[in-house]
Amino acid sequence: MTKHRLFWPVSALLALLLVDLIAKPSFFKVEVRDGHLYGSLIDILRLGAPLILVGIGMTLVVATRGIDLSVGSVVAISGALACLHLSGLPDQDAVGGTVVAVGMALGLCLALGAWNGFLVSVLGIQPIIATLILMVAGRGIAQLITDGQIITITSGPFRALGSGYLFLVPVSILIALAVFGLSSLLVRKSALGLLLEAVGGNPEAGRLSGLRSGRLTWLVYVFGGLCAGIAGLMIAANTPGADANHAGLWIELDAILALTIGGTKLTGGRFSLGGTVIGALLIQTLTTTVYTLGIPDTATLLVKALVVLLVCLVQSPAFRDRVRRRRRPVPATESARAVEVSA
Amino acid sequence: MTDPRAILEMTGIRKEFPGVVALDGVDFRMFPGEVHALMGENGAGKSTLIKTLTGVHGIDAGTIVLGGEPVAFGEPSQAQHAGVSTVYQEVNLLPNLSVAENIFIGREPRRFGRIDWSAMRRRAEVLLAGLDLHLDVSADLGTQSIAVRQMVAIARALDVSARVLVLDEPTSSLDAGEVERLLKVVRTLRDEGMAVLFVSHFIDQVFAVADRMTVLRNGKLVGEYRIEDITPVDLVTKMIGKELEALEDIEEATHRHSGGEVFLRTEGLSRKGAIAPFSLEIRSGEVVGLAGLLGSGRTELARLLFGADHADGGTLRIDGDPVAMRTPRSGMAHRIAYCSEDRKTEGLVGELTVRENIVLALQAARGWTRPLSRRRQDELAARYIDALDIRPAAPEALVQDLSGGNQQKVLLARWLITEPRLLILDEPTRGIDIGAKTEIQRLVAKLSDDGVAVLFISAELEEVLRLSHRVVVLRDREVVAQKDNESLTPDEIMAVIAEGSGT
Repeated sequence: MTKHRLFWPVSALLALLLVDLIAKPSFFKVEVRDGHLYGSLIDILRLGAPLILVGIGMTLVVATRGIDLSVGSVVAISGALACLHLSGLPDQDAVGGTVVAVGMALGLCLALGAWNGFLVSVLGIQPIIATLILMVAGRGIAQLITDGQIITITSGPFRALGSGYLFLVPVSILIALAVFGLSSLLVRKSALGLLLEAVGGNPEAGRLSGLRSGRLTWLVYVFGGLCAGIAGLMIAANTPGADANHAGLWIELDAILALTIGGTKLTGGRFSLGGTVIGALLIQTLTTTVYTLGIPDTATLLVKALVVLLVCLVQSPAFRDRVRRRRRPVPATESARAVEVSA
Repeated sequence: MTDPRAILEMTGIRKEFPGVVALDGVDFRMFPGEVHALMGENGAGKSTLIKTLTGVHGIDAGTIVLGGEPVAFGEPSQAQHAGVSTVYQEVNLLPNLSVAENIFIGREPRRFGRIDWSAMRRRAEVLLAGLDLHLDVSADLGTQSIAVRQMVAIARALDVSARVLVLDEPTSSLDAGEVERLLKVVRTLRDEGMAVLFVSHFIDQVFAVADRMTVLRNGKLVGEYRIEDITPVDLVTKMIGKELEALEDIEEATHRHSGGEVFLRTEGLSRKGAIAPFSLEIRSGEVVGLAGLLGSGRTELARLLFGADHADGGTLRIDGDPVAMRTPRSGMAHRIAYCSEDRKTEGLVGELTVRENIVLALQAARGWTRPLSRRRQDELAARYIDALDIRPAAPEALVQDLSGGNQQKVLLARWLITEPRLLILDEPTRGIDIGAKTEIQRLVAKLSDDGVAVLFISAELEEVLRLSHRVVVLRDREVVAQKDNESLTPDEIMAVIAEGSGT
């Protein structure tokens, strides 16, 4: 069973939850209050939703041997544009105006994703550099949109994206679930998943098999932009308002961490959207756990780092080998050299 | 065969890698003031032998005596200190540094602990002048031609007071004029008493510059010859080797092709630096063999026909209509399929399954929005696993876990399901076991009967002759002959390959 690719991340998640349960026996309690589901587990899902979204987009980008550092800035831009539009409305509660705000924000995010895709697939700029441009410039754009201020909003329909409930369940969870479900369907029911894995797994073999890797690459950056845009709306709706400086700050790093924990390699190829969701939930659970255990604020980051390090070590085949070898020493032979026998 | 004059004497060298004996009791010696060519086909053990000499690999058995002293190099730097300098194909140069820096990197002349730049430039100029090269040594190496870079690499090797200079494929990316210049430098060094080890796929260059040659085949020593005692034809025979006598017995199949319609025709198709203009016709149902040594342009020719590279001259017609073959997709659109010789880097996606690899080309042609249903994928995979006898018969096994022969069959299956009209097979039988080899040969014959044109590339002449209706011979990136295979013998082909090298 340890062979299953999600064995270690799921175990780590369960272990963390167990710690929570021991520290706070009521941790698993979910109750209905005022027609809302309520409890720590629901909080983890609700607060983890934006990271899940960004992580799903990032996973597809990474599958093609790419990376998208700009998602945090796109999150900020999305929220900023939506809130700017809403704040100018005579009636913020109007559904029509809210739809326009959401549409504008997502449209811009698609365009930003297309920009990244253009730099990478047409101009051939290395993904990390190409998206670094928007990562830096994007925060600036967000600040220009908000004029450096925090734009607060009151729109009811908009706020529902972050803190609303539908059939007892928080809307943000439903959105994350829908995006996860749809993208899983998209990659596994169409041939997209296979072709992305071929592009990332062996680009030259893909090209010689007739893959249009440029188009596919473009597509994943656009999709990544869209996911970041939805996450940005969610964060703004939860605030409620646009904070160009802090919305989505460092979320790209959390997303990369989430997909790595979920078993997708940064070198591209095989990916797992389910793994990314587990990874994102693990990160969110960790944050929650730190609060549950009452660890002082000043030590929070360090504790998180240690747990992440532990999870990564447990997942690393090299590390596991080494631990095993301690008990049964095997000479480190020249096996690595054997690769050179080509001629 | 100890000879007091030898500067280097390697005896009974054996080198094993897991599962492979790369060198098996090889003897090799070098004399001062001689150019010694190391010859052999790809995989014969030339590189491994060089690497044991230069300290990259240790040896499992045998002795190395350098200048009368037994030596054992554990590190390349030890070999360098002992006087063995190596110039690889451009790999160890840094284009972003200056010419002088490249020559002295790691050994910069110093003064009070700081690099003495002017001394470095002066010494670089002197060294290069010794090679009859006069240029601004402070210019970036990247701005210089490949030939100059090669000379710079040699200058660097010489500065470490070399007694043995190893040149590994020094001419592979040079044009004719540059080659002449480099050979001149090699002769000068020889006349100064240097022992030069020269490795090249170009037989005419070897005959132009070498005094002595050692031939390897399959990790074993074939022999050492003085250049005046061997002809190019002999050499090719010795390199290709063992089955020559056996070949005589092969029954002469009726190789005459009845002749379908012309499917593909090229007129002066070419790509600079890859293949000289060539004209070629391939008919439906015809098997055309490409013969020539490695590096003769076989693969380059095939890649142009498929669109893996695009031609920069000439025309290509399919069914009589001119076609711009710019990308693999254009090749596929005209139902041409190409199985690359390099399965690992250009063929398969190792971490995907057998099934996924098999459907990849067909799926790529359809685009991601029109997926093959899982059932159809399973059917296709099952049918070709069965037809080609892919083992294990597990469509969900990862391709990277399969043996070479089975990987090759997976790659074949990928293209067979696209139902090509022209199938290009580049070294489809290299490195696979005899059973799989026979099956692939049988498959080619069957495809041809079904009207599929096949372009068959193989270093094994026997195989090319057995399968082909017509044989196209290449030498030095040029098509030099096209012969109907009525009763061609390997000797005739080898004579053509060796022709024009001065004998």
